[in-house]
Amino acid sequence: MPPRQMRKPEKPAQVWPNVKRIMSYMTDKVWILVIVFFLEVAGSLAAVAGTYMMTPIINDGITPLIGTNPEAEQLRPLLNMIILLVVIYVAGALFNFISNVIMTRITNHTLNRIRNDLFFKMETLPLSYFDGHTHGELMALYTSDVQMIRMAVSSGLTQVMHSASTAIFTFAMMVYISPIMTLTVIALMVVMVFITRFISSKSIDNYTKQQAAIAKLNGYMEEMMGGQKVVKVFTHEPTVKRTFNDINETARKASTRANVYAGVMGPITNNLSHVNYAVAAMMGAWLVAQGTIGLGNLASYLQYTRSFSNPVSQIMQQFNSLMSAVAGAERIFKVIDMEPEVNEGKVTLVSATYDENSNFVETSERTGLWAWKRPLEDGKFELIRLRGDVKFNDVTFSYDGKKTVLSDVSFYAKPGQKIALVGATGAGKTTITNLINRFYDIQEGEILYDGINVKDIEKDSLRRSLGIVLQDTHLFTGTVKENIRYGRLDATDEQIVEAAKLANAHEFIKMLPEGYDTMLTGDGSNLSQGQRQLLAIARAAVSDPPVLILDEATSSIDTRTEALIEEGMDNLMAGRTVFVIAHRLSTVRNSNAIMVLDHGVIIERGDHDDLLEQKGQYYKLYTGQFELD
Amino acid sequence: MRNILSSARKYIGYLIFAPISIMLEVILEVYIPRVMTQLVDVGIPSHDLSVVAHFGLIMIGMSLLSLVAGTLATYLSSTGGIGFGTELRKTVFDKIEDFSFENIDKFQASSLITRLTTDVNYIQNGMMMFTRVVFRAPFMMVMAIIMALRINRRLVKIFFVAMPIILIGMVLVGYFAMPLFKKMMEHFDKLNQTVQEDLTNIRVVKAYVRGDYEKKRFSETNYNLMESSIRIELLMSAMTPIMMMIIYGVTVAILWNGGQMIIYGEMTTGELISFISYIMQILMGLIMIGMIFVNIVQLRGSINRINEVLNDKITLNDGKENWKVEEGSVEFRNVDFAYSADSEEKVLKNINMVIKPAETIGILGSTGNGKTTLVNLIPRLYDVTNGEVLVSGHDVREYKLKELRDNVAMVLQQNVLFSGTIKDNLKWGDANASDEEIMQACKYAQAHDFIMSFPDQYDTELGQGGVNLSGGQKQRLCIARALLKKPKIIILDDSTSAVDTATDSLIRKALHEQLSDTTTIIIAQRVASVLEADKVAIIDNGRIVDYDSPENLLKHNEIFQEVYYTQMKGVEENAA
Repeated sequence: MPPRQMRKPEKPAQVWPNVKRIMSYMTDKVWILVIVFFLEVAGSLAAVAGTYMMTPIINDGITPLIGTNPEAEQLRPLLNMIILLVVIYVAGALFNFISNVIMTRITNHTLNRIRNDLFFKMETLPLSYFDGHTHGELMALYTSDVQMIRMAVSSGLTQVMHSASTAIFTFAMMVYISPIMTLTVIALMVVMVFITRFISSKSIDNYTKQQAAIAKLNGYMEEMMGGQKVVKVFTHEPTVKRTFNDINETARKASTRANVYAGVMGPITNNLSHVNYAVAAMMGAWLVAQGTIGLGNLASYLQYTRSFSNPVSQIMQQFNSLMSAVAGAERIFKVIDMEPEVNEGKVTLVSATYDENSNFVETSERTGLWAWKRPLEDGKFELIRLRGDVKFNDVTFSYDGKKTVLSDVSFYAKPGQKIALVGATGAGKTTITNLINRFYDIQEGEILYDGINVKDIEKDSLRRSLGIVLQDTHLFTGTVKENIRYGRLDATDEQIVEAAKLANAHEFIKMLPEGYDTMLTGDGSNLSQGQRQLLAIARAAVSDPPVLILDEATSSIDTRTEALIEEGMDNLMAGRTVFVIAHRLSTVRNSNAIMVLDHGVIIERGDHDDLLEQKGQYYKLYTGQFELD
Repeated sequence: MRNILSSARKYIGYLIFAPISIMLEVILEVYIPRVMTQLVDVGIPSHDLSVVAHFGLIMIGMSLLSLVAGTLATYLSSTGGIGFGTELRKTVFDKIEDFSFENIDKFQASSLITRLTTDVNYIQNGMMMFTRVVFRAPFMMVMAIIMALRINRRLVKIFFVAMPIILIGMVLVGYFAMPLFKKMMEHFDKLNQTVQEDLTNIRVVKAYVRGDYEKKRFSETNYNLMESSIRIELLMSAMTPIMMMIIYGVTVAILWNGGQMIIYGEMTTGELISFISYIMQILMGLIMIGMIFVNIVQLRGSINRINEVLNDKITLNDGKENWKVEEGSVEFRNVDFAYSADSEEKVLKNINMVIKPAETIGILGSTGNGKTTLVNLIPRLYDVTNGEVLVSGHDVREYKLKELRDNVAMVLQQNVLFSGTIKDNLKWGDANASDEEIMQACKYAQAHDFIMSFPDQYDTELGQGGVNLSGGQKQRLCIARALLKKPKIIILDDSTSAVDTATDSLIRKALHEQLSDTTTIIIAQRVASVLEADKVAIIDNGRIVDYDSPENLLKHNEIFQEVYYTQMKGVEENAA
């Protein structure tokens, strides 16, 4: 397999294009976003106005009446102003509510779309992509990266809108009251920004270190949980506990540091804004003494200083999470922008039948007869009967373009033949089968399928014509029946039972608590490896493909059971071209042709008896004089 | 809960002092607005710069002090909270290390990993929040109430009307939100599972051209997740304005009543403004407490899962006697075994078997008939349900586990190598093994040659799970690792399935010739692997149906004959 690449932590390479792209996911109706924007602006305006109302309420509504023992009528202005305040508050809350409701829908639809696009694209990517990335890396796209976008879209965006408009309104009021004072406040703000930036850069550093330490810790725990039984057998518990303790402690120190740096941000910005306030007050008092500004103005000015620093520090704290959301989005978009598997083939697979005039014609029913439908130059189609004749002509292949895995491989599998591939791990057996179904594309030579170059066959059609049973059998969460039906979605229950019988899986399925309706958990962990393989064989059987590839399909089935399913396997293989990869030579003995591979080259070929006569590598393998690893 | 909290012992100092410094921070936080008011109400009207400077400097001083207290509180609560999480993780990990096979089977590795990572992290974060907020919010409330009371007792009544409304509101939210939240988490897990399965099965998906089917499956789960999260978020977004309305309502009521008090001379303007800000602090505190409550309820799942591990009774404990394993004899006396006490299906039924020291014993039978279970009882990986297993003349339950397992080496069917060098892995068998001993063991296990063919030889780094080795190479390393223990009994549970027959026979030959004092028990698929054994036990359906020398078995045992002829036919004909 090609080497895996590790993902490094990164900042987004481009900010604006990605932000725009996230926006394009949010809604196709821009006016909705405009409405949200205005709602947020109106909401923050209401908050500013609410604060502002205090002054007239006290100055005009209350102060003039102090000590007058007023009539109810005289309280009217106060009451009116309070009613106005209530209206402002209610309006503000209403704006926020509507904006929240809209944003909730937008956010979730956005994430839904992004996830769908990501998954849909992933389904079309070539296998080499999956070889190059660990599952953990790919899963992280769906979990942490999408989650970061969620935070940015749902709270980040509105909060920035809200904070920004609050800051702007307050700033406008401040400039209106005293431009000179505003300059001092700005100067102090700049200092604050520098301090917070210093801390946040420290905090990012330490965060990276923490992630590394936690990755190591998680890796160790995963490894030990997986190898727990070995630990017990070797009574290695004390050593493991000790090592774990060291790693755990290292992670603790790193996490503590990262958390402290992130946590001090709050008290520091908060208290610095208090200092800011005090300095502004002293400065203001001096200006009052100079006669530059009035006393009343200073009081309300200071009020605004307080409500100005809050949104500013909020925006600063939002900035980091917005940036990581953009970085996450960038990773996702990179996948969405990837080239899907090449699929330039025009030849498709169709069901066919002989009509009353014995003409070979296409039909929509499933007849068990298949044909390749090849477009001709004149716009008509030609039907070529699928026979399962596979030919490799001087095929050379490399996964990474550097290390050649197959060189000049040529062979010919005639329809209905059983072809066995034998050789050490890494000799290229599985690679050959991966090339027939075009999981990978060859660099040199050609592969012909019923005389058609596989590159000319539409990929889905090609693969539909091939059944495959892999060595590592993974199943899906679902019932036994659903897992078998995966091979052919329209299979009836009878066909499923029939396939299970063929694979000798029927016996054990019947013994399961709910038979064919037994739920299989996660990776089918309530079944043994051998039982899983039997299910995979049943799955291939129900799909009833013209050509079958068995890649170590019976490796975990003991020889007695294998003997029991031999008949079923023979039935399954009858009339089909079959490629068998097997470790156990007893499995390949009755093949029409056996090819012995060594480092990507076919070194011997022939049937069992021929090869034994040649007294070469196969003979040595078979008589146990040579090792297969 | 007590179980979990006991992990806090080591960092208890931090966890106690964190709230104290938080209290200091809160006191300052409550006082600073007061100084602010004085600065505006007293300082500035006085037109005296020194008075302004006086209040200004007090305020700066208090802010800096509050900054120190806040920083200290962050430091203490981070150290304490993370320390607590670290200790908890250690407690859980150590407990798992003490698990018996039965305990391990019950939980499964993947679920244990989730508990150690996700669940412990949730609890750790909960603890950090707990130290920061749980003390802060109530203390802030108390302080603010005191200050508010000092200003005006009558106005506080308004607040006491609002409080129960807020409380009822929070309880209602909790009541309605919890099930919705649970539903959303379920859909989220389902989505992850769908992706995970698609990734592990990608070859199957592509080979069967099921891309569209997978897309359909995914968009369904994705849609469900969206719907359920919209539902909970809508509920939440309705709550915020309602809470805000309550707070605003209180403010307005205070303004109206307080305003009249000012008019009648019962209160000053400055007092009213401070009073409003204190009431705000009280209400904010209340909302914070509500959030904590919701968070703790969310933590409940994690706490339960951790407790399941911590409370799980370890089913297998050290024996009381200090017996030494003197020689490699094994005896099964009337042994029955079932994997769980209440299951009726016995995996082993009435097993009686005697293995003499230095004998080589083969065990043959179909998958699922109890071969592995049988040998697992010898190093006491499980305890028998009935009867007894004796090693070196003593019941295995009487030995100290270390003594027993050090002398009964077992090469498991599902074997695991760990990341590290080949040598590191081999030293699991004997930490003090010399290079010569290591090499010797590897020669016996036929691993020496391929190890030497690597550029770094014995110092070759293995990836996690030994990914860069072939199946047969891994198996031979596992055998060498077991040999390094210099055991009295060695059990090979289908340990050479990926090794070719020739190497397989070389390994058996080495064991036979070089370790002739060691009792060897071999479970094998291949009949060739047991042909040279002294005796072979044929297991069928949980019973020993025959136990005899291979020669005799070939004469009278049908199962043995069947396996023998299917496997050996071709070889004999052609090798002859």
